[in-house]
Amino acid sequence: MALRFEVLGRFNRARAARLTLPHFVCQTPLFMPVGTQGTIKGLTTNQLEEIGCQIILGNTYHLALRPTSELIDELGGLHKFMNWPRAMLTDSGGFQMVSLLHLADITEKGVTFQSPVDGKPMLLTPEESIQIQNRIGADIIMALDDVVKTTITGPRIEEAMYRTLRWIDRCIAAHKKPNEQNLFGIVQGGLDPVLRDICVRGLVERNLPGYAIGGLAGGEDKDSFWRVVAQCTALLPEDKPRYVMGVGYPLDIVVCSALGADLYDCVYPTRTARFGTALVPEGVLKLKHKAMAEDTRPIDPTCSCMVCKNYTRAYIHCLVTKDAMGSQLLSYHNLHYMLQLSRDLHSSIIEERFPDFVRGFLQKMFPKGDVPEWVCNAMEVAGIKI
Amino acid sequence: MKFSVKAWSTSKGNSAARTGVFQLGNCPQIETPALLLSTRKGLPHFISPDLLPSLPIPDSSLLHVSPLHFMEGISSKTISSIGGIHKMIGLHDFGLAAVARDSIQCLPESSATNKLGASFETPCGRLLIKPAEYMGIISSLRPNLWATLADEVPAWVSKKRNKNSVDRTVKWLDECVALSPASGVAFGAIVGGSDVEERRRCAQEVVKRNVSGYWIGGFGFGESTDERPALLSAVTDILPKDGPRLISGLGLPEEVLQGVAAGIDLFDSSYIYHLTIGGFALTFPLDNKTYASDLKLTGMGSDQTKINLKATVYRKDATPIVESCSCYTCQNHTKAYINHLLNVHEMLAQILLEIHNTHHYLGFFRSIREAIKEGRFEQFREMFVEKRRIHLAEVAVCA
Ligand SMILES: [Zn+2]
Ligand SMILES: [Zn+2]
Repeated sequence: MALRFEVLGRFNRARAARLTLPHFVCQTPLFMPVGTQGTIKGLTTNQLEEIGCQIILGNTYHLALRPTSELIDELGGLHKFMNWPRAMLTDSGGFQMVSLLHLADITEKGVTFQSPVDGKPMLLTPEESIQIQNRIGADIIMALDDVVKTTITGPRIEEAMYRTLRWIDRCIAAHKKPNEQNLFGIVQGGLDPVLRDICVRGLVERNLPGYAIGGLAGGEDKDSFWRVVAQCTALLPEDKPRYVMGVGYPLDIVVCSALGADLYDCVYPTRTARFGTALVPEGVLKLKHKAMAEDTRPIDPTCSCMVCKNYTRAYIHCLVTKDAMGSQLLSYHNLHYMLQLSRDLHSSIIEERFPDFVRGFLQKMFPKGDVPEWVCNAMEVAGIKI
Repeated sequence: MKFSVKAWSTSKGNSAARTGVFQLGNCPQIETPALLLSTRKGLPHFISPDLLPSLPIPDSSLLHVSPLHFMEGISSKTISSIGGIHKMIGLHDFGLAAVARDSIQCLPESSATNKLGASFETPCGRLLIKPAEYMGIISSLRPNLWATLADEVPAWVSKKRNKNSVDRTVKWLDECVALSPASGVAFGAIVGGSDVEERRRCAQEVVKRNVSGYWIGGFGFGESTDERPALLSAVTDILPKDGPRLISGLGLPEEVLQGVAAGIDLFDSSYIYHLTIGGFALTFPLDNKTYASDLKLTGMGSDQTKINLKATVYRKDATPIVESCSCYTCQNHTKAYINHLLNVHEMLAQILLEIHNTHHYLGFFRSIREAIKEGRFEQFREMFVEKRRIHLAEVAVCA
């Protein structure tokens, strides 16, 4: 185990913690920006530090293709390769294969897929995934899991859950750097509470440094989503970090944090920026919209970021989707927004005003009081009156 | 605006190279010859405003802005209500110079230009802009300096068309100046294609007008390297010594040196944009002293002034672009990383390259100024051109 997780404050299930990783001491709840190919689109590493980014995510599948894990290893690991001094997490590569490649097939050995380079059949085993991640050198590495769409039902879900449990032992055995890198297990089991329960118990028995809740954010209904999160966080150990994979809408992060989750990742803030959308307390602001052409207010008047301090919506409107600078500036603001939200969650829990913070957040996002039913239900479980 | 010449080149030959100090708006005083950073809608193409302070200051404080970039997407009324270009781009202490042509995406289309206005090819299609419209945008942008609208023609047009372009450019100058906004100084546009006589005639007409400086257009439009010095001198010989001269379209180091030799003070930097987009990084030594020792650039993708970071030789190169460079890119990143970013089409490649290339070219201008001050500009220039010529000859022999 190469991490320390200290809970500093609580409100019911919600917790604010200090997560000490080999490269950085992080404050949770925390959003992790996705830097698929060894860079967060359009931002320098200095800018990432400036907006308070503490940990970034790299995608093993992409990095293994280019520049290859061997090259990263030879040049001293991904931290050094991209000159990122703070913490880093890599995924197993399995999810990317299944979601990006049509011809991926999962067997007991691993994930077989057609190489995008030469079309030859390839196999990613749990052992290989860990070996690649050992070479990349992130602070947190993820076990290879058997990924199935959340919307699928039936025996395939059960098969995937049990296979994920079998593979975790192969991952643990293959992990060569347990004192430098933390292997997180991934809870699978679809939307079935019995399967999720078996999976959590199985993983907890292995006493891993941290746990992820996988198989969500894939198009399932929101009520099922939060119930899975709530069930898993209730079963996972108190003294280990909990990571909800692929979750990144601000509202989802607030709800999951209230339910006791700690870490999140999503391409949404940077991807939506490239399409001209800004994240604001009210929800989203579509800068491409004609009405923005004459709007001389900042994107978010309450935001303290470099973009909001200097630029009008009208000017950003004139840049977005046409000029590189448009997506650079919007990505900067959107990531700043996500990291400010993370800091606000952390400090409001520490300062014992978490329910007020959540109510304020919901009030801004749903000024008419039309908070969605699923949020109300989740908040009831989280013990927050709205 | 304030401008004064501080030193003239005293080296052999009839060089008119000069150094001076130039002060524009709230921008700190800058030494000339100087580079205007190329922008898209007022901001550098890839260097976001918070990264700008990492470039040498005040050398990097002059920006070129094209009014044509604001013909679509934002109205003049909105620009005015924001408070002009400085407020809009959030760079209050920068000197902003407005010139229609950006030498990248907005280029004069002389065949479609007529007596009413100048035509340009732009990302929003072909635009015909009349002097009054042009001044409308200038009035809302309120740059510190603006060039009058010109009818720029390529080197190959007929004598008649070229003469016509001079007549129009002078006429438009009067129209633009008559519509001068309260703030910002006017630079009179000088054209004349590749005809020395027409160049002279245009300069003589412009000099008679009430302008604060001179913008020289029509270069980088098909004229040959050999005929350029005569064309440049034809203009600068006529211009008053104490007026600043800004030129568009001279980008390559050799071209800049030609311009400096003719007494040009300010240059645009579209060259840096083109390098950056192509994955190139400037690597030439910045002064003659280091030439002999520093030039160990071997391998593919190098022509001794720049390297192409897309080349596979850089795949595992864990050194910075230029070992001695103090720019953000070279202080933080390796060639291998930039090679990877280019391979996977990540925008950070362009950000890092634009930073380094701008930093490097500003260094080149500093070397030019030092050479002029120390009375060795002609040697500096000859050495630079010679090194490059020898290298090109070697390449030709090998091929
Ligand atoms: Zn902002
Ligand atoms: Zn550099």
